[in-house]
Amino acid sequence: MDTGEIDHGRRRMLLAATAAMGGVGAVYVATPFVLSMDPSEKAKAAGAPVDVDISKLEPGQVMTVEWRGKPVWVLRRNEQMLKILPELDRFLRDPNSDELSQQPVYAKNLQRSINPEYMVMIGICTHLGCSPTYRPEFAPPDLGPEWKGGFFCPCHGSTYDLAGRVYAGMPAPSNLVIPPHHYVSATRLLVGVDPEAI
Amino acid sequence: MFDKIAHRLSDLREWADERFPVTAFWQNHLVKYYAPKNLNFWYFFGSLAFLVLVIQLVTGIFLTMNYKPTADTAFASVEYIMRDVNWGWLIRYMHSTGASFFFIVIYLHMFRALLYGSYREPRELLWVFGMLIFVVLMAEAFMGYLLPWGQMSFWGAQVIISLFGAIPYIGDELALWIRGDFVVADATLNRFFAFHVIAFPLLLIGLVLFHMIALHSVGSNNPDGIEIKKHKDENGVPLDGIPFHPYYTVKDMVGVVVFLMIFSAVIFYAPEMGGWFLEKDNFVAADPLKTPEHIAPLWYFTPFYAILRAVPDKFLGVVAMGASMVVLFLLPWLDRSPVRSIRYRGAWFKLALSIFVISFISLAYLGTVAATPLATLFSRIFSILYFAFFLLMPIYSKWDKAKPLPERVTGK
Repeated sequence: MDTGEIDHGRRRMLLAATAAMGGVGAVYVATPFVLSMDPSEKAKAAGAPVDVDISKLEPGQVMTVEWRGKPVWVLRRNEQMLKILPELDRFLRDPNSDELSQQPVYAKNLQRSINPEYMVMIGICTHLGCSPTYRPEFAPPDLGPEWKGGFFCPCHGSTYDLAGRVYAGMPAPSNLVIPPHHYVSATRLLVGVDPEAI
Repeated sequence: MFDKIAHRLSDLREWADERFPVTAFWQNHLVKYYAPKNLNFWYFFGSLAFLVLVIQLVTGIFLTMNYKPTADTAFASVEYIMRDVNWGWLIRYMHSTGASFFFIVIYLHMFRALLYGSYREPRELLWVFGMLIFVVLMAEAFMGYLLPWGQMSFWGAQVIISLFGAIPYIGDELALWIRGDFVVADATLNRFFAFHVIAFPLLLIGLVLFHMIALHSVGSNNPDGIEIKKHKDENGVPLDGIPFHPYYTVKDMVGVVVFLMIFSAVIFYAPEMGGWFLEKDNFVAADPLKTPEHIAPLWYFTPFYAILRAVPDKFLGVVAMGASMVVLFLLPWLDRSPVRSIRYRGAWFKLALSIFVISFISLAYLGTVAATPLATLFSRIFSILYFAFFLLMPIYSKWDKAKPLPERVTGK
């Protein structure tokens, strides 16, 4: 029935419905563009494990290897370094490694490692992604008399002990991340793969 | 003979005007756009900002002809531009110096708005568009700084992108999405190139257009902070207004000449400005395994960076830095003074503005130095003062004893 009058309610409803459908369409069209910015399949596949020969590492020495574009440190701790670790607990934010995302279960222990002598961790500060510096010396002038060796981030001053545990009151919120790794032999380490036993 | 040519030209203009409003545009925005006759030194920086924008666009186009945006080639291609491309060094230094001068000019332009209350009603949207330009400019500069793929490029980008990782729940995914890889890598460089040369310049030009439309709709403020539209002659022309062209085009040209003298002096004699415009560590190629001993952003980011570092918590630090930008947007609604210009404000505002300027410059300095306990303490004090300027403004701008406003602009 055509009365010649304009039904404004009907018009508004049609307008709203069309706009809503258009909006849904826009979201669908935007999806491929947004997702194209996620890491590509190539970038995801580039995480091949890295074979590390640790036979030449002296006690107290640290070496850096690249895994997934990130620096991975292998630190060979000496007797003294291992002895200090439990004494530091009260200065640390997470001394018992309770934040589970920061290390695999097999590294959730006092030394944060499979083999207490060798510490394997990703050398990226958990604050804003800089790579901290290895500072094994005792009480250097810039780090204060309490310093017992560890890692210092030059960007915002976060400090970690020699097990990659963050000191309390630092801008960094958590301990350094420990990547999946295991020992193929006594002197060969594979970074990127969990031990098969688990 | 000349009569004939003049006649032909006027015919041509008529023909064009019927199809495209050439004359109307010229009239409305130049010869019949009336600006206050008392605009002073501080009013040079708007047109200078436009000049720097043009310099950046032109030099940028020529740089892209030789620059290669991949992790393997970027650093070498910039060195190639500097050493082997004819006049490449000049074009590159114009672009890198232009970036710093852009911020010098913009900061002075913003300070002018603070002095004379140019953000006050009815110019709130003019200010908001200006602030959006400032934010886009910061993003543009940040992305451009990654392109040479030096140590500072790499680690600066690593830090700034990690800021997004501080957002609860979605942070890590968001940072991954921005980088396109698990660390700053080739994918990041390539997309920053796309944003730096296409997306953000387009956005910037669009916002500048909006800024101009808003300005020409409300008209310029002036050092007295009073409306010249209140007193008009019988033709509707403001009594205290003069045509933008030729009066201000000529005046601005003087500013342009002086500006270009200083700009050229820097390009030719101090393009790195002792590490302030181009940092030493950026002449070393990016090394994802080693952070430089001391990293600091370029000077124009350091006030905000110092606020970030002043907060001893990752997420709250990012929140404070974001808030330091947000309060600037809110300025038009925080100021409750009956007058706009500092000329007629009382002692409270003058004191507050002085403290703010000192805090801002101190934060800019503190953002460049290592985070020692003393530097952190001062960063905290100045961050508090920075926020106090804005958050206490509704109180002190109301308390302030304003002087009586003149009816017409003064000649000072």
